[in-house]
Amino acid sequence: MTGFFISRLLRCALTLLIVVTVVFFATRMSGNAIDFIAPEGLDPASREAMIRYFGLNEDLVTQYVRFLGGLLNGEAGISLYQRRPVTEIYGEKIGPTLILFWSAFLLSVVIGIPAGILAALKRRSPAGTAIMAGAFVGYATPNFVLAIFLILVFSFQLHLFPSSGNATWLHFVMPTIALAASLLAQQVRFTRNSMLETLSQDYMRTARAKGVSEWLVIGKHGFRNAMIPITTVLGLQVAGMVAQVVIIEAVFSTKGVGDALVAATIARDYPVLQFGVIMIAALVVGVSFIVDLLYAAIDPRIRVTAL
Amino acid sequence: MTTTGYASAPGSTGTSWLPRANGRRILALRRLYRRSDWIIRICFLLALLILAAALITPWIAPFDPDGQSLLSRLRPPIGFEKAQIAHLLGTDQLGRDMLSRCLWGLRLTLGISGIGVIIGLLTGTSVGLVSGFFGGRTDDLIMGIVDVQIAVPFTLIALLAVAVFGTGIDVLVVVLGLYGWEKYARLIRGQVLAVRDLPYVEAARAAGASTMRTIMVHILPNIASPIIVMMTLTFSEIVLLESSLSFLGLGVQPPTATLGSMVGQGRDYMASAPWIVASPALLIMFVALIVLLLGDWLRDALDVKLRNS
Repeated sequence: MTGFFISRLLRCALTLLIVVTVVFFATRMSGNAIDFIAPEGLDPASREAMIRYFGLNEDLVTQYVRFLGGLLNGEAGISLYQRRPVTEIYGEKIGPTLILFWSAFLLSVVIGIPAGILAALKRRSPAGTAIMAGAFVGYATPNFVLAIFLILVFSFQLHLFPSSGNATWLHFVMPTIALAASLLAQQVRFTRNSMLETLSQDYMRTARAKGVSEWLVIGKHGFRNAMIPITTVLGLQVAGMVAQVVIIEAVFSTKGVGDALVAATIARDYPVLQFGVIMIAALVVGVSFIVDLLYAAIDPRIRVTAL
Repeated sequence: MTTTGYASAPGSTGTSWLPRANGRRILALRRLYRRSDWIIRICFLLALLILAAALITPWIAPFDPDGQSLLSRLRPPIGFEKAQIAHLLGTDQLGRDMLSRCLWGLRLTLGISGIGVIIGLLTGTSVGLVSGFFGGRTDDLIMGIVDVQIAVPFTLIALLAVAVFGTGIDVLVVVLGLYGWEKYARLIRGQVLAVRDLPYVEAARAAGASTMRTIMVHILPNIASPIIVMMTLTFSEIVLLESSLSFLGLGVQPPTATLGSMVGQGRDYMASAPWIVASPALLIMFVALIVLLLGDWLRDALDVKLRNS
C-alpha cells in the first residue's frame, strides 16, 4: 500500500508540475502583457517602471523559476488590472463558489442515487421509465439553457427568486438547481446501470436463496457493491462540475471563482487566469488521488496491478 | 482503394472485397433499423430535417440574419400581440428576424461542431493507434500527456486559448477540435491492445502487411463501432461546448450569430422580450437531445461498452 501511495503521489506531483509549466508558458505566448494594460503613448520611463513592477524585466526562465518558488510560498503574482495579489482576489471569490459547488453536489447525490436505485428496481414499471426519461432530458439540457429558463419563469414571471447576485441564500437556489440538474441526471443513469449490473450477479441469488430479506439483499449486497463504481464517477464529476460552475456563475453573476476566470479571460489578465487554472487542476488531481486511494483500499487487486 | 498485391488469392481481383463488404454493411444497417423503436425513428427524421435546414439555410432563410430594421424591433413570435406575419419567430432588439438568425446560427453551430468532431477524431484516433500499436516508451509518453489533459477541465483550456489567441471562429474551431482527443486516444488504445495480438492481426503481419496496412485495413474496421458511438456522443458535447463559449462571449463574435451567442446577447432583454433567448435556447436543447438519443441508441444497438457512460 505504501508503494502504491508513493507512486501515485509522485505521478500527481509530476502532472501538476507539467500543468503549471504549460500554463505559465502558454499565457506568455501572445506577447508582453504590458502592451495590453499600458495606456497609449506612455512615456518610456513609466513603462520601464511598470515592467519592473510586474517582474517582467527578467528573461522567461528566471520568471518561471520565481513563479514556481512563489507558488510554494503561497504567492501567485499580481493582477494586471486590480494591482493586488491574485491569491487575495480568489480569497474573496471562493466563498460563493464553494457554497454553490457543495449545495449542488449534495442536492444531486441526495436525489440522484436513490432515484437511480429506484429506477433499477422498478425498471419495468412506468415509474422507472419516467425516472429515466427525466434523467435523459436533464442530461441533454445544457446548464445555461436550464438557467435561462429558470430565470425566465421564477424571476421574471413568478418573482420568486432574484436573477443575479449572491447576497442571500435565495440567490443560490436557482444556480444550485441549474448546476445540480445535469449532475443528478448523470448519477441517476450511472447508479441505475451499476445497480442493474450488481442485481444480476450470482451472489445476489445466493443471498436470496439463503433466506436474506429482500431489503438486506438490496441494501447490503446490492447497493454496497454498486457503490464502488459510483464513488469513482462522483470523483470524476468534480472535474466536470468545475467547468459548469464557470458558466452558471456567469449566468447568475454569482461573483465567484468562475466569474473571476471569465472576466480574466476577456481582459487577458494572465496572472489571475493562470492561477485559477492551476488551482483547479490541483483540485482535480487531488480528488483523483483520493479516489485512487479509496479505490485501492476497497479493492486490493488495484494495488498490485496499478503499480 | 488501391490494393498493392497483398495476399491476393488466385483468381480474385483487387476489389473483390467490395460487394461482400457492402453486403455486410447493408445487413448491419438493416439490423440497426430493426433494433430501433418509433422514438429513434422520429429522432432520425428530425436529425435529417435539422441537417437539411442547416444545409439549405441560404435559400430558405426569409431575411438577412444581420439585416436590421428599426421599425420592427422586438416583435414577438406569431400568435402574440403586435406580431408581424413576416417574422414567424419575432424580431430581436435591432429588428433582425429571429427565424433567419436561428437558421444561420444553427448552420454555424453545426458546421463548427462538425469540423471540431472530425479534427478531434483524427487526432485522437491517430494518437491512440500509435500508443496502442507501438506500446513501450511511446505509449507511456502519450498516456502521460493524456493524464495531464484529464487533470485540466476542458473549459479552462478553452479559456486559456481564448485569452492567448483572442476570439474568432478559427480559434474556436481549433479549440473544439482539441476537445475529446484524449477520450478517443484512450478508447482506441484500449481497443488496439485488445485486438493487437489476436490471430488475424498476427496472420496479416506474418503475410507481410506493413504496419500502416495492418492498422488501416485490419485493426481500424474492427474497432469502428465504439468510434462511431463515441463520435456521436462527443458531437453533442461539442455542440454544448460551442454554445457555452459563445454564450459567455468567448466564441463567435457579433454580429455573426451562433445559437449560444444569441442566447448570451439576448439576456439583457429577457424581462421584456423572452423569445429572443427562448428560441435559440430551445433549439440548442432540441439538437443536443436528438443527438444524445441517437448516440445512446447506437451504443446499445452496436453493443458497445464505453467507460463512464
